[in-house]
Amino acid sequence: MTELTDLGVAAIRDGVAAGTFSAVEVAEAFNANVAAAQGALNAFIVATPEKAIEAAKAIDAARASGAALGPMAGVPIGMKDLFATQGVQTTAASHMLEGFVPQYESTVSAKLWEAGAGMLGKLNLDQFAMGSSNESSYFGNVISPWQRPGSNAQLTPGGSSGGSSAAIAARLCPAATGTDTGGSIRQPAAYTGTTGIKPTYGRCSRWGVVAFASSLDQAGAMARDVTDCAIVLEAMAGFDPKDSTSLDVAVPAWTASLSADLKGKKVGIPREYRVDGMPAEIDAIWEQGIAWARDAGAEVVEVSLPHTKYALATYYIIAPAEASSNLARYDGVRYGLRDLPDGAGLQDMYAATRAAGFGPEVKRRILIGTYVLSAGFYDAYYTQAQKVRALISQDFAKAFEQVDVLLTPTAPSAAFALGENVDDPLAMYLNDVFTVPASLAGLPAMSVPAGLDAQGLPLGLQIIGRPLDEQGVLNAGLAIEARAGFTARPGKWW
Amino acid sequence: MTESTYRIQGATGDWEVVIGLEVHAQVTSNSKLFSGSATAFGAEPNTQVSLIDAAMPGMLPVLNGECIRQAVRTGMAIDAQINKWSRFDRKNYFYADLPQGYQISQLYHPIVGEGSLTIEADEKAGIPEAKVIGVERIHVEQDAGKLMHDQHPTMSYVDLNRSGVALMEIVSRPDMTSPAEAGAYLSKLRTILRYVGSCDGNMDQGSMRADVNVSVRRPGDELGTRTETKNVNSVRFVMQAIEHEANRQVDVIEGGGKIVQETRLFDPNTGSTRSMRSKEDAHDYRYFPDPDLLPLVLEDAFLEDCRASLPELPDAKRARYEGELGLSAYNAAVLTADVDTFQWFEALLAETALAQGKQPAEVAKQAANWLISELFGALNKLGKSLEDSPVSHEHAAELLALVGKGTISGSIAKQVLEIMLETGDGATVIVEREGLKQESDTGAIEAKVDEILAANGDKVAQYREGKVALFGFFVGQTMKAMQGKANPQVVNEILKSKLG
Repeated sequence: MTELTDLGVAAIRDGVAAGTFSAVEVAEAFNANVAAAQGALNAFIVATPEKAIEAAKAIDAARASGAALGPMAGVPIGMKDLFATQGVQTTAASHMLEGFVPQYESTVSAKLWEAGAGMLGKLNLDQFAMGSSNESSYFGNVISPWQRPGSNAQLTPGGSSGGSSAAIAARLCPAATGTDTGGSIRQPAAYTGTTGIKPTYGRCSRWGVVAFASSLDQAGAMARDVTDCAIVLEAMAGFDPKDSTSLDVAVPAWTASLSADLKGKKVGIPREYRVDGMPAEIDAIWEQGIAWARDAGAEVVEVSLPHTKYALATYYIIAPAEASSNLARYDGVRYGLRDLPDGAGLQDMYAATRAAGFGPEVKRRILIGTYVLSAGFYDAYYTQAQKVRALISQDFAKAFEQVDVLLTPTAPSAAFALGENVDDPLAMYLNDVFTVPASLAGLPAMSVPAGLDAQGLPLGLQIIGRPLDEQGVLNAGLAIEARAGFTARPGKWW
Repeated sequence: MTESTYRIQGATGDWEVVIGLEVHAQVTSNSKLFSGSATAFGAEPNTQVSLIDAAMPGMLPVLNGECIRQAVRTGMAIDAQINKWSRFDRKNYFYADLPQGYQISQLYHPIVGEGSLTIEADEKAGIPEAKVIGVERIHVEQDAGKLMHDQHPTMSYVDLNRSGVALMEIVSRPDMTSPAEAGAYLSKLRTILRYVGSCDGNMDQGSMRADVNVSVRRPGDELGTRTETKNVNSVRFVMQAIEHEANRQVDVIEGGGKIVQETRLFDPNTGSTRSMRSKEDAHDYRYFPDPDLLPLVLEDAFLEDCRASLPELPDAKRARYEGELGLSAYNAAVLTADVDTFQWFEALLAETALAQGKQPAEVAKQAANWLISELFGALNKLGKSLEDSPVSHEHAAELLALVGKGTISGSIAKQVLEIMLETGDGATVIVEREGLKQESDTGAIEAKVDEILAANGDKVAQYREGKVALFGFFVGQTMKAMQGKANPQVVNEILKSKLG
């Protein structure tokens, strides 16, 4: 018999609804996997087995009483520790917020609980979601369940949603929330052979999500396949009057409308994404993806996104600028860490608290952001970056006059070893080269696993869609998924 | 336009003063600019603080439309350009009373642009003619919290009740050239805000405070370096701060020094200013558009609604009082200077017209004169204001009707008012009870007049020889004999006919 923990969101929900197994059995199985893997993978900052059981009991009771069950009834999930969860420590993987227990629940997590999901725990991430390898967490690195054959070198699960991707790949949860500012859902999904979607900016409420870069941050769904992502995203999304940037549009029935048939659709291949020095394997998987798209009935068209080469620089001005301001609230005055040296005044307290509370990558970005917003530099950096951002959006708008979706690699390489890029922030930032443009334009984009590289590590393909066309993205993802037949999973070594 | 002649007499000659004011006015609204917390004054510390005001992780601002409506109405009241597209920016700095680590404000694209208001001529104050003072902009922003340094021997406490309350920053052009003009501008602005209802203008509660920019120059020269004196919270203090600061600057320059662009503090106890921080220590606020908020776009229908909701404004009202009601310029100015006053006057006027069956214009002078010269004086003596006047406007109208119909004389009316103030009773009741009704019975008055003329034969002769000023004497004697209750008009007529 298949292990319960091998089941995905739809299978668990349907099995619980059918009475094949109980929600409590499912929760217990995942709780056991979470506990068993924690020492090796460090995917969770806090496990909440009691929460998972409590939610499962409620579902079992609801089913027994004949009550209607939600679209995620009985599905235990992992919650990225960037979402405020009432009564459960919420840290953004920082020392600054260690021990911080919110009195409020983020809109997204509340919607998931409302849909019948339960919480297995708070997932590890890069500190304040800043990073592409999950090496900046105050609570230690997340270790990918994937390893190169014959090597026990620890690999990155990607970042910043590295706890989410590792946990899904290692069967610690069937799905998880992620947040994506420049690729933080898609790149970890690609590195771990999992699926992740970042919806259109404004689809999911940011209320109660610890802010990194407000104009880019967007919550999304991570799971093992496209259908499960659609189910989870459908439960998370929706207008929220508490978030002024939330989009006041109805959430379509994405799951019900899923179709892998791309007949009559045009798939764009942006020529600027063929970057110098890209590994041949990445190119090959991309070509394979193009072939699958044709096979699914799509017409493949080359398009141009001429400002792509400026995207990374633009992103690394705008995101740190917003972050430098968003993180100013962590000052030791009202909550979180306070470091008050003997005889310290207010300024000393700020300095000591922030020096102790933020890790090196967070400090680096605060410094970059503070610099680009400074008098005398603002126009040269921030204003210029905003102009380029508008041009990048225009590039996409023009491309979408010709095509329905874009197909690209998700990342320029497979997962790298932990420690490999730590001393070279620029190399690290290059991981986001394919994911950042869609973030700057606020477009829906997803990564689906497409195959393995020569070392047996997963590679992902990215689909980018028009604003609010999550359906088009999911459908194209489904078409790739159906043809890729990706069934590889990491061997259990933990 | 006649320029002010206000000058600082320095040792080396005359100096002209240039003044600009940045007024922070708390917007009248039940909740804060970006959160649903209450804004009531005087609440227990930290009882009006939401998760947003305390800047908890993941909290987001949501704009309170009422604050925007009030800012737009204020802009319209000073004939300013209303910007249909505006935007909120973050002003970044660290302070313990600023939970977010930034203030949400509007630097680059304020909601209200160029406008102006007119200050009236005031010869005594050295304002020879009415003068138009430019307003550069009005923007909307968040207030900060308050630090309390007296609660603990070694620590400061923070009260976040004010944190996030909506302020309008109203920035004038440097168009004022004397403390009196600045005082008049601030008073007029306060009047307009109170008319519009967008700020209660309570300066002692901090609802309105001014940053005062002052520089000095030789008449006709380029602008000098300015200093900014922060958070001055009364009209008088603003005038004092300017006076002191202008003289200080003249002393510095004449002593061979240079004025440093700096922020200064006003000390109300000494009436002087002192340095707070210099430009070198100035913050780099790193303003940038707040990514948590969308640009603010105002629809035409909203603007029309704002305009339609504006009341008659002070200048228009004063003109109407002079034109339609025929009041003197002085009376019109006094009655329109504040909301409480004009409201009381208009209520009184309506009641008075009703009581006497006349048009308001026919009784306006009577009501205005009585209000200004009788009731204001009486209340003043009692240390009371119109708000807590023991005399209601209904009772006051009754009193004026008694005078208007000739039931009592003006001097008896004064007595009746005294009793009204003491007892709160109506005028008719008092007049009946005290037997103060005026005598219009010609026979009774004639009898007294005859007695008086007979007893003062010499004066009658002098009068008839041309000493007409003696008429007043006969009136006085008659009124005295009638115990003040004779109708003065009847007395006049009888005297005139008897004296020939």
